[in-house]
Amino acid sequence: MYDFEYKRATTSTDATDLYSESEDPRFLAGGMTLIPVLKQRLDQPTDLIDLADISDLKGISLEGANIVIKAMTTHHAVSDSEIILDKIPALAHLASTIGDQMVRNRGTIGGSLANSDPAASYPSAVLSLNATVKTDKREIAADDFFTGMFDTALDDGELIVAVSFPIPEKAGYMHFPNPASRYPIVGSFVSKSANIVRVAITGAGPCAYRIPEFETALSSNFAPEAIKDIKISDDGLNSDIHASAEYRAHLINVMTRRAISK
Amino acid sequence: MPSIKMTVNGKNVSGEVEGRTLLVQFIRENLSLTGTHVGCDTSQCGACTVHVNGRAVKSCSILAANADGSDIVTIEGLADGDTLHPMQEAFRQHHALQCGFCTPGMVMSAIGIVNDNPNPSELEIREALEGNICRCTGYHNIVLAIEAAAKEMQA
Repeated sequence: MYDFEYKRATTSTDATDLYSESEDPRFLAGGMTLIPVLKQRLDQPTDLIDLADISDLKGISLEGANIVIKAMTTHHAVSDSEIILDKIPALAHLASTIGDQMVRNRGTIGGSLANSDPAASYPSAVLSLNATVKTDKREIAADDFFTGMFDTALDDGELIVAVSFPIPEKAGYMHFPNPASRYPIVGSFVSKSANIVRVAITGAGPCAYRIPEFETALSSNFAPEAIKDIKISDDGLNSDIHASAEYRAHLINVMTRRAISK
Repeated sequence: MPSIKMTVNGKNVSGEVEGRTLLVQFIRENLSLTGTHVGCDTSQCGACTVHVNGRAVKSCSILAANADGSDIVTIEGLADGDTLHPMQEAFRQHHALQCGFCTPGMVMSAIGIVNDNPNPSELEIREALEGNICRCTGYHNIVLAIEAAAKEMQA
């Protein structure tokens, strides 16, 4: 790992101030991706700004018809939250499938979203549940947030402070994990609120995205049979040693049907 | 260089570290507590697992500076004098190790598993151990040991 200047922020404002004063900084959330990336010398920031001490970036609360999860909340805290288990159990389930015990104890929702790994689990929930990403500057709708592989609508130095999830009528998440890394090869999050169904896929493309054909079919009949015969094109899907684009396209339908049945 | 202070196995420790110093380096090299192992060094094998503020974490994946002010427990902090922790004793009784390299991380993870789920089923133990790799593939006795230790720790 190349050396860097380690700085510990005490408040969100302190963090963004430290960021703007530094030459080529990164925010450090749980570090479950960033530290391994630095160890492999795939990135060389001049400064790391640790968000660990910022107490107003942690916590889960029920605000009207929404659950608000602050950015530095760990995956374990989400999977174990009474409020989330009660209101959006699919989201708690998703958090319980991320990485392993040790990763869930450190990794955070804000870090996962800011990184936008094509195989990260959370983006599918954010997109399907039509969540709002709150930053230090503005609110970003889920549909505008994920812009590409490891790319988001965040500006340089913009800090995610919380994510607000509208509580759906029903939701389900299912993924097919890579047998080695346990990252989703394909993950599908399905949610239904009134007559609106949103289906978001992770692992298959450059970043999480929705499947309008499934949404239309499921809006009139929220059952696995409704989408059974809809073929998904493999055009533009990820292809690697773990799964071809064609196989991922097939899994999108299978995982979505299982997410609905869950 | 950040100067850090933390509690390790109940003792106050402090030191000067580089920003990039990993917690596992600080534990092994500064504190000479070499029971915590570095297996893969790529966050996959879990041999470096320690407890930070009561939660199991991979000490190769967090910075020492990041753990400033934390309460750390390593494998050396489990036994009470000559009396092994129930998890260590169960690993001994069930011969839950072959070469032993992964064992410190396995034991620290296993305690984390039982703390979160005091009465885990065999399947739950196998799934919860996914962050720990045993290259001898000796998982069977490890699972038996954790089942036995869970009962002992409840008693």
